[in-house]
Amino acid sequence: MGRFVARRLLQMIPVFIGTTLLIFLMVYSLPGDPIKSLFGPKAADPATVARLRHEYGLDKSLLEQYWNYISGLFQGDFGQSFTGRPVADLMSEAFPVTIRLALLAFGFEVIVGIALGVLTGMRRGKFLDQFVLVLTLLVISVPVFVIGYVTQFLLGLKWKVITPTVQDSENLGQLMIPAIVLAALSLAYVIRLTRTTVGENLRADYIRTAVAKGLPRKRVVGVHLMRNSLIPVVTFLGTDLGLLMGGAIVTEGIFNIQGVGFTLFKAIQTSEGPTVVGIVTVLVLVYLLTSLLVDLLYAVLDPRIRYA
Amino acid sequence: MRGAVRARWAACVLSGALAATAAGCGSGGHDEPGLVRASWSDPQNQLEPANTNEVQGGKVLYMIFRGLKRYDPRTGAAENMLAEKIDTTDQQNFTITLKDGWTFSNGEKITSRSFVDAWNYAALADNKQKNASFFEYLDGYDKVHPDSGEPTARTLSGLAVKDDRTFTARLRTKFSTWPDTLGYTAYSPLPRAFFDDHAAWLKKPVGNGPYGIDSYHRGSAMRLRRWDGYPGEDKARNDGVELRVYTDNNTAYTDLQAGNLDLVDDIPSAQLKNVRKDLGDRYINQPAGIIQTLAFPMYDERWSASGMEKVRRGLSMAINRDQITDQIYRKTRTPATDWTSPALGDQGGYKGGLCGGACRYDVAGAKSLIEEGGGLPGGRVTLTSNVDTGSHRVWMDAVCNSINNALGKDRACTVNPIGTFADFRNQQTEQRLTGPFRSGWQMDYPLIQNFLQPLYYTDASSNYGKFSDPQFDKLVDEANAESSQDKANAKFQEAERILAQQMPAIPLWYQNGSAGYSSRISDVTLNPFSVPVYEQIKIG
Repeated sequence: MGRFVARRLLQMIPVFIGTTLLIFLMVYSLPGDPIKSLFGPKAADPATVARLRHEYGLDKSLLEQYWNYISGLFQGDFGQSFTGRPVADLMSEAFPVTIRLALLAFGFEVIVGIALGVLTGMRRGKFLDQFVLVLTLLVISVPVFVIGYVTQFLLGLKWKVITPTVQDSENLGQLMIPAIVLAALSLAYVIRLTRTTVGENLRADYIRTAVAKGLPRKRVVGVHLMRNSLIPVVTFLGTDLGLLMGGAIVTEGIFNIQGVGFTLFKAIQTSEGPTVVGIVTVLVLVYLLTSLLVDLLYAVLDPRIRYA
Repeated sequence: MRGAVRARWAACVLSGALAATAAGCGSGGHDEPGLVRASWSDPQNQLEPANTNEVQGGKVLYMIFRGLKRYDPRTGAAENMLAEKIDTTDQQNFTITLKDGWTFSNGEKITSRSFVDAWNYAALADNKQKNASFFEYLDGYDKVHPDSGEPTARTLSGLAVKDDRTFTARLRTKFSTWPDTLGYTAYSPLPRAFFDDHAAWLKKPVGNGPYGIDSYHRGSAMRLRRWDGYPGEDKARNDGVELRVYTDNNTAYTDLQAGNLDLVDDIPSAQLKNVRKDLGDRYINQPAGIIQTLAFPMYDERWSASGMEKVRRGLSMAINRDQITDQIYRKTRTPATDWTSPALGDQGGYKGGLCGGACRYDVAGAKSLIEEGGGLPGGRVTLTSNVDTGSHRVWMDAVCNSINNALGKDRACTVNPIGTFADFRNQQTEQRLTGPFRSGWQMDYPLIQNFLQPLYYTDASSNYGKFSDPQFDKLVDEANAESSQDKANAKFQEAERILAQQMPAIPLWYQNGSAGYSSRISDVTLNPFSVPVYEQIKIG
């Protein structure tokens, strides 16, 4: 177990270097000159451009730039954005907002998704099951921005239950609706996935055995059924957490939440290498850590899986 | 039975979550009633007068700084603010006298040093100020800001302090309307604190305008408070302004409708058809100092050969401006009839109709002119613009349709959309574009000079099409040497007539500024730069 974790952690190093280099190359190969476009419709004056290029190290060769960036990174320096602010500052503003939003959405997904999935899985064909199936189908087929704008219009403008946008990103109550919108799609998947595996496992021999043994129903469902049914769901949830963090840009835009998605989008638009690489690197690390966590959870859920 | 219990439990979690939402949302704002809440987005970089060249940072600078001149929010006329008088006898050497009694909000007296130091700082290449080129008219600029290499001087030789209230400026060439350019925020005075403790100043800028910055949380809001000791006439009529950061103008508009925001200064295009119904007379739509044109690559033989001016004029006549501004822009753009902007007003030198028949939609005339001039180079024309912002793709398609319909050919005009502004700018400066390209211009100061000289003078900084005409240059030089603004305007207008003949750029439309506000505030106006005049807004 310990060795497994250590090995996985060590594997992160090449992945980390690889992704940073790749992203660096991609941002570098974006067409256009990011410094010149800082001047807007006016012509950029060459003296100022040359000095700014030098300041941001853009006058060096690509490998040299990458080396400077990586060696800075190991000293905890994420570089400087073209707005003259350290990237570390930008990230420390954006990430807490997004993490709050993502965790809320994730919690919603886990609690409601698994609960509804188990319920419907155990009562297939009943009214609740049919209802949830239609509802999830609807959510899956409608794009997230439609759900977002409709929710905002109905709850915020028509019925005035919520403020249409998030006024204070530290207020969990205000983040709730955006989180539900953000979670909606994955929630539908979690419900359907849980429903299917629960339904399948209900017919499995070991459940019949457990029931025949006279185990209390609570134990049959809670331990035997759930543990086996949750493996695919946990896999899905694991990758989803990363997705929620990086892919929240649409929801963030609709509800005016200044999180990672928007910061990243702006940085890509202005070809800000250090900012893009910094944010994406952190996102990659989040992915790696959650997938490690998922792998460890397998062992907890299914005793047959053991890591050497 | 057990199932039912569990179902109820699940329902509780659901409703519990919703209840928490409802409860949480009740405690929304901790707004102060005296503050105007306006939409905004984070400025591109930290606020320094000479380093801010975009509109969001500009909004704040207009609130916290006052310069020698100020543009009347209604007429755009340059009026003395801190300047008591600016005298010249030769249109090249100016003596500036300051009014007495002005201070920065930290109490420091504003002297001629405050200006001269600020301008020297802005012009020096080492300080990497994006607006440095505004100081290029001053003598000695090439020493402090050489195109390459190190500066050989630290200060502009054209500036000299006479006493506390007087300083002189010597320009490189005659430029009679130069004093009227001084209302731009890049020319603001700066307190000693700016130079002594730069980092602290950036954190909390100190200026001399009707407002002071109270707090700034990036990505959330900036709060500005009225400065009670402000010595100027244009004192703030509200307690302060809260600029709220929005990532998207649709969201800001939604918040305005919900009553969470008082002022939106950019109405999203998707809402233009509803805005009258939603806001009634609380919707503003007025000319701003912005023009969109299609510039021809005059560096390309095929477009600049003699006789081609007919083709260029013909293309201009093939564009149905009225239809496009009506249908695509719902009258938030006005068909252009010259190369400047109605926001200049008469005093600034605007004169509609200078483009004449060449800007009127005339299918038959367009066709015959283009044929007379030898037809389109290679039988076709390609329009280029970046399409990441604005609705550039939409109007380019419409313009092309218009041209194709006029010429009766399906494929005569095509569009070349470029993904990012940076890429577009690159191709433009490297002269890789072989057809007309978008050229938008937003004025820095409301003078006709600003619309003509930087764009069409030989080798001017933003003359990307490399248009060059000795007669035009001569008229501009003469205009700059004129002693009165009226005479100068007349010369500039004469120069515009050359543009009408040569058509180095097709005027498309004047852009309007738009804004909407809540019933909580009144006296909302936009200045000629389409920035809200915050200090005039009243609550209630």
